[in-house]
Amino acid sequence: MEDTQYVVLKKDRFEEFIAALSSMQKLVAPVAKGFGAYAFEEVTSADPIALNYIPTILPLKKYFMPQRETLLEFTLDRRSHAEAVVEYEPLTIFGAHTCDLAGIQCLNMVFSERPKDYNYLLRKGTITLIGLECNDYCDEYASCHLVHASFPSGGYDLLFTDLGDYFMVHINTVSGDRIVRTAGLCEGAGSAHMNELRSLRDRKRTVFRNEVPIKTKLIPELFDAVFGARVWDNLNERCLACGNCTNVCPTCYCFNIKDELDLTLARGIRYRVWDSCQLEPFARVAGGINFRKERSARQRHRYYRKFRYPVDRFARFFCTGCGRCTRACMADISLKETLSELIKESEERVWKKWL
Amino acid sequence: MEKVVIKDSGYRLKKATILRTKNLTRNEKFFEIALKDGSSLDHEPGQFIMVSLLGIGESPISVCSSPSRRDSFDLCIRAVGKVTRRLHTLKKGDEIGIRGPYGRGFPVNIITGNDLLIIAGGLGIAPLRSLITYVLDNRRDFGKVHILFGCKEPKEMLFSDELEQWSQRTDLHYACTVDPEWAGNVGVITTLIPGVDIEPLRTFAAVVGPPVMYTFVIKELLKKGIPKRQILLSFERNMACGNGKCGHCQIQNLYVCQDGPVFNYEQIKNLSEAF
Repeated sequence: MEDTQYVVLKKDRFEEFIAALSSMQKLVAPVAKGFGAYAFEEVTSADPIALNYIPTILPLKKYFMPQRETLLEFTLDRRSHAEAVVEYEPLTIFGAHTCDLAGIQCLNMVFSERPKDYNYLLRKGTITLIGLECNDYCDEYASCHLVHASFPSGGYDLLFTDLGDYFMVHINTVSGDRIVRTAGLCEGAGSAHMNELRSLRDRKRTVFRNEVPIKTKLIPELFDAVFGARVWDNLNERCLACGNCTNVCPTCYCFNIKDELDLTLARGIRYRVWDSCQLEPFARVAGGINFRKERSARQRHRYYRKFRYPVDRFARFFCTGCGRCTRACMADISLKETLSELIKESEERVWKKWL
Repeated sequence: MEKVVIKDSGYRLKKATILRTKNLTRNEKFFEIALKDGSSLDHEPGQFIMVSLLGIGESPISVCSSPSRRDSFDLCIRAVGKVTRRLHTLKKGDEIGIRGPYGRGFPVNIITGNDLLIIAGGLGIAPLRSLITYVLDNRRDFGKVHILFGCKEPKEMLFSDELEQWSQRTDLHYACTVDPEWAGNVGVITTLIPGVDIEPLRTFAAVVGPPVMYTFVIKELLKKGIPKRQILLSFERNMACGNGKCGHCQIQNLYVCQDGPVFNYEQIKNLSEAF
């Protein structure tokens, strides 16, 4: 069984493999953008692909729920008419890290929950996902081990693991299998290859450790205890409410819906566009009352939406440990630091209770 | 980029026609609406719909008529945003789009056989009118029914002719209060609660009003001995999708559009963002 699930792609055949992938349908992969930043964008050859990259500026959600997508098309003539539409583009994504695969798994759960979001689900069905395992930490901002995203656990059609002069390729779905067969560049994995994969995973277990001093299973309890913490007041002073953290988050999916007419004023679209709970008007009603007026309340909401609320609803965290929110924050608000401060403050409270 | 038309989109609109409008106050207008395909809206008292004007946008509005009336439904709309202001310019025969009904309304099946204490503040009478008219349509199924209504000034009183009719009925207890310069009861609505004669353990309280009202009313209801589970509150929040996705209406872990808008106090008593 294991033999058919794993194949080997020698690195000297990687270029050919990428060319084959790109001839099948549009292919996107991580590409260096300068200043140490990377982005997923279209590639037609292996040249521009960065195999060693820190999480891209925007996560994969930009393909699954585009920043702006049309929901309705309508006409406003005498017989006004509206039709619900889905725009999609068949796509292969190469090189998704396990944190980003986890992010897509989160979005899948959200948009599959009833009432289902067919715009998302239909588009998701046209996207092929090829993962790329991280052999080591990307940088000091990552906290993927804390949220169990440092090792692969599904969410891909194929997973590439770099083992020196070859990639071990895990075939997870029939569409992944079809790609491997069509390309015809891989060979069967032998027990030597399997051993090398095993020893890489063993080594990873010594490298990846919880990045914040807490047991993962205690995180929900921590958040139950710190709703009124001083840490949030501190964030109130620092946060600029720019919305960078939510824009770059692989699991932030909040949106707004807007209408737009074209120049004829006779046709238009209703579209959804990414929105952010960090922006001031997000929870404000037409009468003027704002239910999360303070930046502290908005930052707290963001953290609870990552570490507490989804635990009840989806039985998992909605943080994938990618570190993007920390890298993108103009005020240097760090997720790892905030968590550590929350732990410290909750411990103080426990001690005070006993002293 | 490819594009397909989908029938099961959560954003698909049903066409509806305005049958009748009436100005209730300077800011609030009444609409009677029917779905164009002749089907029934099939809502529960307390549920809301998304009202859509193509090219302008959508707005969540509570249905304010009883579901026992099948061929049309009523909305009472306050002009506060761009969609609601434009809605006020519409007249009989005009067409609008709707989505829904959405959310959980008042659990009328569970309330059946109990007494009901309905407390409305200002525009809160609109969603409660769907409950009140439903109860009146099925009056025999319920025990004692009390209606307490409060508003800022007499001229802001919505549905005053219906309120007048309700006050005449022998199968209802109705009391009303407004702020000063008024011949009736004067003062905030909480002053009416202590005087109501109820059997707390078999009474459900249904409360809708401005956010500031809830804390004080809940305090009075708990003093009366009504169990937390039997205090029903409807919440108003910013909403874009109605499908529990867009995030605007969240009260901590709850989505008002799907988990609410009606909650019992036990569900939300520990949620500081609710009040």
